[in-house]
Amino acid sequence: MINRTVVGAHYGLKDWIAQRATAVIMAGYSVLMAAILLILRPATFEAWQGVFAHGFIKFVTFLFFVSLFYHAWIGVRDIWMDYVKPTGLRLALHVLTATALVGYTAWAAAILWRL
Amino acid sequence: MAEMTIKKRPKNLDLTTIRLPLPGKVSILHRVSGAGLFLCLPILLWLFGASLTSPETFATLTALASSLPVKVVLAGLIWAYCHHFCAGIRFLLLDLHIGIEKEAANKSAAAVLAVSIPLTLVLWGILL
Repeated sequence: MINRTVVGAHYGLKDWIAQRATAVIMAGYSVLMAAILLILRPATFEAWQGVFAHGFIKFVTFLFFVSLFYHAWIGVRDIWMDYVKPTGLRLALHVLTATALVGYTAWAAAILWRL
Repeated sequence: MAEMTIKKRPKNLDLTTIRLPLPGKVSILHRVSGAGLFLCLPILLWLFGASLTSPETFATLTALASSLPVKVVLAGLIWAYCHHFCAGIRFLLLDLHIGIEKEAANKSAAAVLAVSIPLTLVLWGILL
């Protein structure tokens, strides 16, 4: 009988690359947004909303959120794998984390596509 | 299955007696800042949504951001983002085998702190 832990890392390389790829996307977005906000300095609601209502910004902001949630999944999963040893509790935390992050993705889409 | 011998190796994992070198401190702070940001995600998403809902909610949030306790919490979040960002770039460079020698790694760890802390203060000054 093979006793394989159900909540271990399965495809290490894919996640390793995804964590770095999403990091690069988020870093690029952070620099872009910092530049846009420093140049436009949106102090009113109309100006602030105008930034994110712009088609391209909306698209890259959503891309940022998706990258963030995937990145957070790998990072938080690693934390659970490092510190939480009981399999049942670890599985529960994995499910909770993944569920929250999928929910956040829908939430971010709802916020952006309301604009 | 081949027989395995489990060696009794000496362990020193007492966190109170380990003197963590600077790269180790930057590394654990990367994890701590990431975990903190993850836990704050629902609040941050809610704030982002509210800021984009109406002029009234936007005004409520700008008023909220002017109170000192809120400013302190926001400073903590800005630091977490800056540290995670700077330490993350250092890890990406290490992945590319840039600066993996001991001395260079020590210097880059110090550089992370030398950039992330002033950057936090600058952003705090601009944003709040």
